Amino acid sequence: MTNLSVEAIAQVEQPLPGAPDNWRRFFSFSTDHKVIGIQYLVTAFFFFLVGGLLAMIMRGELITPESDLVDRAVYNAMFTMHGTIMLFLWTFPALLGLSNYLVPLMIGAQDMAFPRLNAVAFWMVPVFGFILMASFFVPGGPAQSGWWAYPPVSLQNPTGNLITGQTLWLLAVAISGVASIMGAVNFVTTIARMRAPGMTWFRMPVFVWTVLAAQIIQLFGLPALTAGAVMLLLDITAGTSFFDPAKGGDPILFQHFFWFYSHPAVYVIILPIFGVFSEIFPVYARKPLFGYKVVAISSLIITGLSGVVWVHHMFASGTPGWMRMLFMATTMLISVPTGIKVFAWVATIWGGKLRLNTPMLFALGGLTMFVFAGVTGIMLAAVPFDIHVNNTYFVVGHFHYVIYGAVVMGMYAALYHWFPKMTGRMYSEGLGKLHFALTFLGTNLNFFPMHPLGLMGMPRRVASYDPEFAFWNVIASLGGFLLGISTLPFLLNFIGSWVQGEKAPKNPWRAIGLEWLISSPPSAENFEELPIVIAEPYGYGKDEPLVANPDALEVAHESR
Amino acid sequence: MNPAELDPTLNAQGEISQPLETHAAHSAHSAHSAHTHDDAGNRMFGFIVFLLSESVIFLSFFVGYVVYKTSALEWLPPGVTGLEIREPAINTVVLVSSSFVIYIAERFLHNKNLWGFRAFWLLTAIMGSYFLYGQAVEWSGLPFGFTDGVFGGSFYLLTGFHGLHVLTGVLLQLIMLGRSFIPGNYDKGEFGVAATSLFWHFVDVIWILLFVLIYVWK
Repeated sequence: MTNLSVEAIAQVEQPLPGAPDNWRRFFSFSTDHKVIGIQYLVTAFFFFLVGGLLAMIMRGELITPESDLVDRAVYNAMFTMHGTIMLFLWTFPALLGLSNYLVPLMIGAQDMAFPRLNAVAFWMVPVFGFILMASFFVPGGPAQSGWWAYPPVSLQNPTGNLITGQTLWLLAVAISGVASIMGAVNFVTTIARMRAPGMTWFRMPVFVWTVLAAQIIQLFGLPALTAGAVMLLLDITAGTSFFDPAKGGDPILFQHFFWFYSHPAVYVIILPIFGVFSEIFPVYARKPLFGYKVVAISSLIITGLSGVVWVHHMFASGTPGWMRMLFMATTMLISVPTGIKVFAWVATIWGGKLRLNTPMLFALGGLTMFVFAGVTGIMLAAVPFDIHVNNTYFVVGHFHYVIYGAVVMGMYAALYHWFPKMTGRMYSEGLGKLHFALTFLGTNLNFFPMHPLGLMGMPRRVASYDPEFAFWNVIASLGGFLLGISTLPFLLNFIGSWVQGEKAPKNPWRAIGLEWLISSPPSAENFEELPIVIAEPYGYGKDEPLVANPDALEVAHESR
Repeated sequence: MNPAELDPTLNAQGEISQPLETHAAHSAHSAHSAHTHDDAGNRMFGFIVFLLSESVIFLSFFVGYVVYKTSALEWLPPGVTGLEIREPAINTVVLVSSSFVIYIAERFLHNKNLWGFRAFWLLTAIMGSYFLYGQAVEWSGLPFGFTDGVFGGSFYLLTGFHGLHVLTGVLLQLIMLGRSFIPGNYDKGEFGVAATSLFWHFVDVIWILLFVLIYVWK
């Protein structure tokens, strides 16, 4: 043994703890924003599958008019858990994962401002996910009052236990809130103070703008939900009477607290997807983003307006007439900055040299469905129409077009677009296109029928319905199962490609952006030397360098 | 001795030595890069962002209180005529003046007078503790409880939630006082002290609003 030379030992290749090719780091308390980003994405996708399974059981129940597959109480628990999981355990963490991975790379930072806080915030996700899942096993089952937990329904406690599905639900939502605030503080600080030299505000990619806008919403909105949740928890456990009308409380106040956060929460979800669209269209159309500054600023305008629209969820809650009119106007106003963005994306694609690969297809599909969702959104903003379809499937159809049509499709677009960067491997284009076709078809089959159903008057959150609604429900259920199937080629593609896909170069899409100047996947500290940014983003067709020091960003060669 | 421990080229494969090496590379790197990141500044910025967010929870409770008070048919529980204002007013004076005391403590630290800092810092913690004591005395003498209607609920919720913040502030102050005895504690800046002080001012401002809403507004 003593004969073994030191050089021989040194040449044995061993993965470093933080090295991009060491898979063990994904199961550790890593503070690398890229590891945390992928941890978020994988965890969130797991819960997406769980929430999707619940949705398919519901669609199985609704394929016949009678309530014959599951018990009505179980059905109530299913839609409650479906909504809660999809929002708090899929869209929020998934977008946080994407933002975590991309923001430091896009602004030219070596990590987030508070790496350890970042890791703590992530590890709270499995914790509250576990708490929420545990509610399946407590007496009385999970919460049944819907994802909005309106009192007095949520105040009912027939089992008389202290630990019920509803208290676990509140606990999970509270922990989620704490984690989100930690994340928001981190993102705002990172974007405000960690930008690379020369990365001025108006040189930031639009994705970074949208993350900033979304995280500001978390900061001012979430505390209101927390306040409402604390009061509701005290009503259930300590016997106070904040929201109990029988004891002088005011259940409508809870609705205000809830929607003051939960409507802007929709923008927390959709804004980063707007950012994804703004990143992807220029790359695959080979044109600069149309109206970059206006698109960037319109995100902040959406943030501002999002704080003054929440009452449109409460038009049927005994809201006074003047308040209805006021919030109808503000709600319609918010379509202006949103419309500006849609216009800018269409103008970006217009006359471009389009490359229709999987990310572009998902982005185009997502944009199309977002426009449809926007149209029904404007319809719902009008008080008379909203009263007419209040609590019907029209509302369900509208927000699923937003959340599945735009957010999930946009999420998939982002995952395909940045998959080579994150894993260092290329995905399979054929499977990707199959995935897109199934998803696009499934989304429309599943959610379009909800609109005629709602107009016909079918109420949401029911396990049985009048046989006149059967036709559209069968189609919706088939679409739901198709969406379930659509995740299979995706999983096959991503797991297979990650394990043995073709090695990805630095910049497979010839995209312009700081993250594409470094290797795939990037080294643990991203940039060996911080980039010095000298140009605006999206310089497609302009032939100007983005940074002054492209060759100094990484160590010339690493043995790996 | 194992030659591997002596040979710097081996650091790259030893799991234990690796964090040290990357750390060294990191600091060496940031030392010569044009844009070193300012950790203390980031922390203060982040803390201010957090406090702004935290203030919305109080704002929500305040809004709830105003809605309840203006819309309730029977606001005070039966047999309760109003809140005694004298003791809470004394408490208010103590808490508000402690904000000036903590400022003086901060100035002492700024001028490298550690004992002056410790004396005034301790005085702040004592004044905060007195406030909590006064609050406890008031609570124990009240004729209504947490579950006595919306009034009882919101009174204890608001004062209790604020009291938790005061308690947090006092604990932070004691931690910072303990840390002031660590040699070289302020070599990397005074973030802990500055943040605790800012938090204390925040708790103070919230109390003034709360005092006006609950005790002064009839």
